[in-house]
Amino acid sequence: MTAEALDSAKILEPSPVTQLRRRIFGHAGFLFGAIVIAAMLAMALLAPLLAPYDPYDQDLARRVINPIWHDDGKWAHPLGTDQLGRDYLSRVIYGVRISLLIGFATMIISGVLGTALGVVAGYFGGRVDMVITFLITTRLSMPVVLVALAVVALVGGSLTVVISVLGLLLWDRFAVVMRSATMQVRALDYVAAAQAIGCSAARIVTTEIMPNILNALIVVATLEMAHAILLEAALSFLGLGVQPPLPSWGLMVAEGKEYMFFSPWLITIPGVALFLLVLAINLLGDGIRDITAPENRN
Amino acid sequence: MLAYAAKRICLALLVALTVSIISFGLLRLSGDLAQALAGQSSTAADVEALRKAYGLDQPLTVQYLEWAGKVLAGDFGDSFFFKEPVAAMLAQRLPVTMLLGASALTFALVLAVPLGVVAAMRPNSWIDRLALTLAVLGQALPSFWFALMLMIVFGLTLRWLPISGTGTWQHFVMPSIALGYYATPAIMRLTRAGMMEVMASDYIRTARAKGLRMPTVLFKHALRNAVIPVVALAAVQFGFMLGGSIVIETIFALHGVGYLAWESITRADFPVVQAIVLVLASIYVVLTLLADLLNAFLDPRIRIA
Repeated sequence: MTAEALDSAKILEPSPVTQLRRRIFGHAGFLFGAIVIAAMLAMALLAPLLAPYDPYDQDLARRVINPIWHDDGKWAHPLGTDQLGRDYLSRVIYGVRISLLIGFATMIISGVLGTALGVVAGYFGGRVDMVITFLITTRLSMPVVLVALAVVALVGGSLTVVISVLGLLLWDRFAVVMRSATMQVRALDYVAAAQAIGCSAARIVTTEIMPNILNALIVVATLEMAHAILLEAALSFLGLGVQPPLPSWGLMVAEGKEYMFFSPWLITIPGVALFLLVLAINLLGDGIRDITAPENRN
Repeated sequence: MLAYAAKRICLALLVALTVSIISFGLLRLSGDLAQALAGQSSTAADVEALRKAYGLDQPLTVQYLEWAGKVLAGDFGDSFFFKEPVAAMLAQRLPVTMLLGASALTFALVLAVPLGVVAAMRPNSWIDRLALTLAVLGQALPSFWFALMLMIVFGLTLRWLPISGTGTWQHFVMPSIALGYYATPAIMRLTRAGMMEVMASDYIRTARAKGLRMPTVLFKHALRNAVIPVVALAAVQFGFMLGGSIVIETIFALHGVGYLAWESITRADFPVVQAIVLVLASIYVVLTLLADLLNAFLDPRIRIA
């Protein structure tokens, strides 16, 4: 082949890496999500450096100072202070640690549980599938918020309890999606080929099936992480999640509720932070789906 | 159809049975019931007497069967806190939650179905993009925070709507919106996808080719087929809304089952919590059963598979 022919082939068909790069940079939602999450991660990791004050330091002489966009705002407290005189900016910065920790840990627990159940159901089918489908149906019929609240009330609220309860409750979507993805892949020829040459079920699942359902898994994982973050905030808001004085965003909204009329920013600021984080995670998940499997775009 | 229905009903019964065992376990996990019934200032003899009187010295299976038998007869036991029958408390509160769920679902459908149809008519137009953007934003909005924002704007600043209580229909407006918006993205996406699939089918081309006007094609031919899956989704979403009502009712002090659940949890009144878990789960089981049967009835492909 001449050099000229090679060149024209390149022009017609860009390399896979170039294609991927184009898809990533052409996807506004993915970029926005990735940037916001990177910023939030940096905030979580560098919280002690970024936060101007200790988020637990109370100063009753400086209670409910208005944020900087009010006329009487002070640069010493850009987002003001809360009802106990704690610096609000510092609490918002430390709050991202709790949301990310809960989202991530819950997603790992429910992801392992749900994926194991879903893959086993999809691979073996038959009675195994019937039993696991029954488990999924039962789990779906239990009202999540109510059960989580009741369990937290029984056991007592703490970070570990909230993570375990949510992890044990939120595996259903993993199981549903992984089950159908495994069923699809299982029917393909290369799985039959692997069976024909005598591969064990464990080997087929790990080397043939898992790599091909990883896309779907990542997408569900991001959505469930967002779901867990929203649920933790709701539980903490109702007083049966993470306990004070931890700076959970949901708890901050609950604490600011009494001052809602004169200091609405006490609830708008943590709410906006929560909204941005969840939005970014959802956009990242949608973006990964579009970029890795463009044929599934709707 | 009959074979499918029988199979599906068996599954629903089995799920209801499992849920009842779980909610039975919830009350047992909460600690020594006899002690809770007797109160703080009781003697050991009092506790023993109560244990005998309530059959708490029996094996767990016997206790479960007795409890389940009573539940089937509509007796959920007495509240620890009020010492009244739980069933009467639920009967008083359930209509409020049902009304809230129904109006929230209506809000979601009225917003989501037309948006989905218009978005499907003109894919990639500005209105399609707007609908998708709204869906993405809506899914990231924490419902308790959205409820408080509504309260600040329409309750405290504009003073259009009451911010708490149950008295009039105005009390239901903000809670319905706060509870219903979360279901709109899913319903809108499903309507849009269904409409796009249907509009590309042969019978729509035939209908248009024989000269029917566009509205007739849209509403008589396309929408009817596109909304079949939406009906099932709406049933499921209604079940989720009943579960989610706990957050919204607590914020707006709406005296429904959700608010009762939160109050009961905070005062450790576990017989009430147990009954609410069981009732909400049963409603969900019945709703999904009806939705599946309706779907199978309307779409024969489901019952054969």
